[in-house]
Order: sequence, then C-alpha cells, then structure tokens
Amino acid sequence: MAWTWFHRLASPPHVYRTAERLTPWFAWSAAILIVAGLIGGLYLSPPDYQQGDGYRILYVHAPSAWLSLLVYTTMAVAGGIGLIWRMKVAHAVAASCAPIGASFTLAALVTGSLWGKPMWGTYWQWDPRLTSELILFFLYLGYMGLRAAFDDVQRSDRISAVLAVVGVINVPIIHYSVVWWNSLHQGPSVMYLGKPTMPPSMLVPLLIMFVGFTLFFAAVLLMRLRGEVLIRERAASWVREVVHS
Amino acid sequence: MNNLMAGEAERSFVSARISDTPSVFAVASLMLARDLRLAFRKASQLVQPLAFFALVTTLFPLAVTPELTQLRRIAPGVVWAAALLSSLLALEFLFRDDAQDGTLEQYALSGRSLTGLLAAKTAAHWLLTGLPLALMAPLAGVALGVQGAALPGILASVTVGTVTLSLIGAVGAALTLGVRRSGALLSLLTLPLSIPVLIFGARATQLAIRGQPYGAPLTLLAALAVFGITVSPLAAAAAVRINLE
Repeated sequence: MAWTWFHRLASPPHVYRTAERLTPWFAWSAAILIVAGLIGGLYLSPPDYQQGDGYRILYVHAPSAWLSLLVYTTMAVAGGIGLIWRMKVAHAVAASCAPIGASFTLAALVTGSLWGKPMWGTYWQWDPRLTSELILFFLYLGYMGLRAAFDDVQRSDRISAVLAVVGVINVPIIHYSVVWWNSLHQGPSVMYLGKPTMPPSMLVPLLIMFVGFTLFFAAVLLMRLRGEVLIRERAASWVREVVHS
Repeated sequence: MNNLMAGEAERSFVSARISDTPSVFAVASLMLARDLRLAFRKASQLVQPLAFFALVTTLFPLAVTPELTQLRRIAPGVVWAAALLSSLLALEFLFRDDAQDGTLEQYALSGRSLTGLLAAKTAAHWLLTGLPLALMAPLAGVALGVQGAALPGILASVTVGTVTLSLIGAVGAALTLGVRRSGALLSLLTLPLSIPVLIFGARATQLAIRGQPYGAPLTLLAALAVFGITVSPLAAAAAVRINLE
C-alpha cells in the first residue's frame, strides 16, 4: 500500500498527467522567486566594495553552476534507477535532463567568463572551477552524443545510464584533481565567492535565486519529460487521446 | 535400476564437470595468452600507435621551436598529450574483432565471470599498447632535451598512468561497441575522464625533469589505477551485456 505511489511512477500516462498538473506550480513559483531575487540582487543589495556592480552577475552565475552539478546528479540517479529497476520513465527523466544540464553548464561558463573580464582582466582564466565546469560540459556532450548514437531507444537508455553512473563517480575526482593541479601551478588565485561573510542583503537574494533556479529546472524537466513520454509512447492509445483532445 | 545408474552416472559427470571448471584466474590467463598471441600475428596494429606517438612528439619541435631548453619545459605536456592520443588510437581494436565474429557473445554466454574476462582483455591491451608506450616515452624525453636522470621518472609515471588509460578506454570501447564509426564519440567519452591521469602524470613527469621528488603525484596515479581496476571491468561488463542484448 505504502509503495503504490512508487509503482504508479512506472506508468507513463500517470506520469504524464502528474507532470502536467505539477508544471504550473513549479513554473509560477520559479518565476516569482527569480523576479524577487533579481530585484533584490540588482537593485536592493549594495554594490561590492571591491568589485562594484560587476559582482551582480553572481546572481545568475552561481545558481547556474549549482544546477549544472545538480542536473548531472539527477541524470545519473535517474539512469541508475532505470538500470536497476528497468523503469522506462526513469530513463525518460535522464534523457530530459541532459540538454537542460548542458544549457546550465554553458550559462555558468559564459557568465563566468563575462565576470572574469572586469575582475581578472581576461575572459578566460584557467581557474579550477571554470576548468572543471568546462570538463563537465564535455561530459554532457559525450552523454548526449552516446544517446544519439543508437537507434534503439532501450539500448540507448541503458548504455547512456552506465556512462552517467561512471561519470558521476568521476566528477569529484576530476574536480579535485583540477583543484590540485591549479594550486600546484601557483596561478594567480582570485577569491571566487569570497568568504561566507557576505552581508544578508547580498546573501538573501542569492539564496532566493538558488531556490528559484532549482524550481525553474523542475518545471522545465517536467515539460521535457512530458514530451519525452509522448514520443516514447507514441504507439499507445492514451497518447492518441491526449493528442486529439 | 537402470534409471538409478543413469542418474548416478549423470551426477558423477556433473561433479566431474564442476571439479574441472577452471578458476577465474585460469580462464583469465588463457584469455590473456590468446589475446597476446593474436596481437603478435598482426604486428602492424602493435606498431601503429607507437609510430603515432613518435609522430606527434615530432610535431612539437617543428611547430614550437627546435631549441632544447624550451622543449624541455613543455616536454611533460608533449609526452602526456601524445600518450593520451595514441592510447585512444589503439582502443578501437580492443573489442571490435571479438564483437564482429561473435567471440564476445560466447564469452558473455560462457557462464564465466564476464568482468574477469574483460579485466584480462584490458590487461592484454595494456601489455600491447600501454607498456610499449611507456618504454617509448623516455626516448621521446631524450629527443625533447630531458636529462638522463629524469628518465626513470618518466618511465614510471607513463607506466602507471597508461594502466588507468587502458581501463577508462575499456569502458569507452564497451559503451560504443554497437556504434558504427565510433572514433570521435569514443574520444569525446574517454578524454574528459582521463583528465586526472593527465594532470598527475604530467606533474610527476615535470617534477622528474626538474630533479625534484615525484613520489606524491606518482602515488596519486597509482591510486587512480587501483580505483580503475576496481570499477572499470564491472562497468565494461555491464556495457558489453547491454550492447549484446
């Protein structure tokens, strides 16, 4: 009885309808929080005493970087669930995650490099975080490339799930090796986020943006998931009803 | 009576079969011997990655500068980038032939541990490509102006590093088994995962060239190799099974 909700997750029409019902909730709360966070971050919070107004790109950059990792983890966990319990919907979730995660990673890279120009005087610095973000972007590209290489959806799902699980084990190793690499090279080290001695007027909008971005990801994931489920189940009769209604 | 005797005969036959069943290590060493024998019959496949390694190393003096003092500075990068690329080149032969003539399928059906068999195949691959590369690397170092005292360090770091490269490559090759013209995809999958090896390997080589102790990065390389030996055959076996379905 207690596991009914879990078993129902395996049913595509149930997942499709649940996603449809939940999407507006996530989308609207994300929109409200992002607008609130932007107002707080761009108007209400004071300029930084060292970086002036330039630091404000942080409000987009840091949540994007956070999501680039969260989405990868979600993708790997969904892939692992699909691999172990052979749950088709979990693979659909993993497939929907990849382009979203790649977009957030690209956003984090672009905003980071735009931020680097006024702060470091260059668009690109071989900073450990930027570098491991770039590697993460390549991991996403590889995952999507592997997914696209198979015609058979089931094989593509399971093979790419193995890659996602291997990748998620490797992400921390890659990250720390890059951190050590840079500290060994004694490059110009720039304090990234500053110490957590951020004043509340800056920290609160940032936290709001984190939650808003995460909800935005959930909303986009649910929308993509619906599309993914429709394509995968296109032969089923309930899809015909959904499409014609 | 007759039935009883037949049953007994069958039982003794089965128990004989069980006691005859060779251990995982016996099967793995048979596999290793087979792969080595097959590879030496096609010597060109052995020589090509080595020639490629030498060729890539030759490109750098031509592109950068023929001055040995400057070449010595970039030698770690040159040696490791060339080693990474040539080990990539050799990956295509790892499972391809066995997959095409159905041998791999028989391995999967044999009832032996596919993980152990693939570990043996990977070991053979390292003996055939990684080890020769490691023996070539000091030669490339000499050509790039590295002093003789640094050569044991180069040999040690490339020897240990190529173990991990072979293991990562085995996962990549197993994932792309069913993909035609997989070369570009294979490099997109394996190169990001190889970055820790590149970082610690190049660092060990650099310290060896400067005459400083290189034990720390070498130990980290060894840790990566141990981790790879633990995880990679499992992932490769999972991928091979999915691709054979």
